[in-house]
Amino acid sequence: MKEQKFTITDDTGIHARPATLLVNKAGQYESHIEMHYNGKTVNLKSIMGVMSLGVPKGANITITAEGADEEQAIAGIAESIREQLGE
Amino acid sequence: MGKVQTKDLLKQFNLELIAGEEGLDREFIMSDISRPGIELTGYFRYYPKARLQVLGKTELSYFKELTNEERIDRCHRMCTDVTPCIVVSRGMDVPKELVEACNEKNVPLMRSPYKTTRVVSRLTNFLEAKFAPFTAMHGVLVDIHGVGVLITGQSGVGKSETALELIKRGHRLVADDSVEIRQEDYDRLIGSSPQLIEHLLEIRGLGIINVMTLFGASAVRSHKKIDYVINLELWDEKKQYDRLGIDEETIKIIDVKVPKAIIPVRPGRNLAVIIEVAAMNFRLKRMGVNAAEEFSARLTTMIDREKDNIPLDIDMD
Repeated sequence: MKEQKFTITDDTGIHARPATLLVNKAGQYESHIEMHYNGKTVNLKSIMGVMSLGVPKGANITITAEGADEEQAIAGIAESIREQLGE
Repeated sequence: MGKVQTKDLLKQFNLELIAGEEGLDREFIMSDISRPGIELTGYFRYYPKARLQVLGKTELSYFKELTNEERIDRCHRMCTDVTPCIVVSRGMDVPKELVEACNEKNVPLMRSPYKTTRVVSRLTNFLEAKFAPFTAMHGVLVDIHGVGVLITGQSGVGKSETALELIKRGHRLVADDSVEIRQEDYDRLIGSSPQLIEHLLEIRGLGIINVMTLFGASAVRSHKKIDYVINLELWDEKKQYDRLGIDEETIKIIDVKVPKAIIPVRPGRNLAVIIEVAAMNFRLKRMGVNAAEEFSARLTTMIDREKDNIPLDIDMD
């Protein structure tokens, strides 16, 4: 299992549009990918789940991936997050 | 679009043919209507001779004040080879000079019992509709809860089957396979069926079925304004489909932009239900209730609230 931590720097947090991008990205990989925030865990391939967390600016999130392409998945998602949301 | 002849007017409206019967095959080349008031004074330089001419009370009472020679002259100059017809309104008596001129030149002369303004507006509506920009599209037009939904997509994607399911659920078929669309005004698209295939639906394996005789008169309608276009396409794994419905896509048909949605087709997806709900949601949006926008606002509120709850010590790690 691969794991990486991020801090959200986008002013609006993980709002509808960035959530869509993130979920679409996650959907490209075979691995089971999850996002952890504030003690809650959601499947990163489920858009309603991701948005239901209401992740604001400044929040720390953890992404985990487990499966055949977990390396690529984490790398790809990290890139998406750096482009859109944070670091 | 077929041609419009003077005899079509006679069929369509409550008009009485008085003279010039031989000219009933004359063709309209434009939808404009003229009221030749100035021409009656003898000024014919800009006479729009190819238009339908309407004579009302004002024109005819002025006409009565002319001398005999003037009357004959004006009538002959009004009746040209290309004038499709002359209509007298209010059921007024027609001057004999006009009747003679019309018979001589074979210009149909007709009388309407209604007021001039009414005659002009009804004739204009009729002619505008006949001369409206026109196109035909491959698709199925269905009236779903009053929303005209044009279902498009490649052959074999399941448009007709979806339409059948919608009809079973109580909605109305306008046209299958080929939809004739004309633009009315600058912002309305009216779809109807080619006459030959009206009320018919083609289902693979069944052949042609008659929806009206099978399901009754409430299952069909002759024409409907197109409000919404739904494009069915085979599910493409690589393509990203709309997840939220915040953005509204449009498609341009003739000169009108119509809201459009793309619905991916996959075995086991009940398309009829999805399209039915899409139409209902479309109605709701037009009534001012937008679930996607409401959700977005709710999310903003929640994120704002969460922001205050982030403990300072883990804010920067």
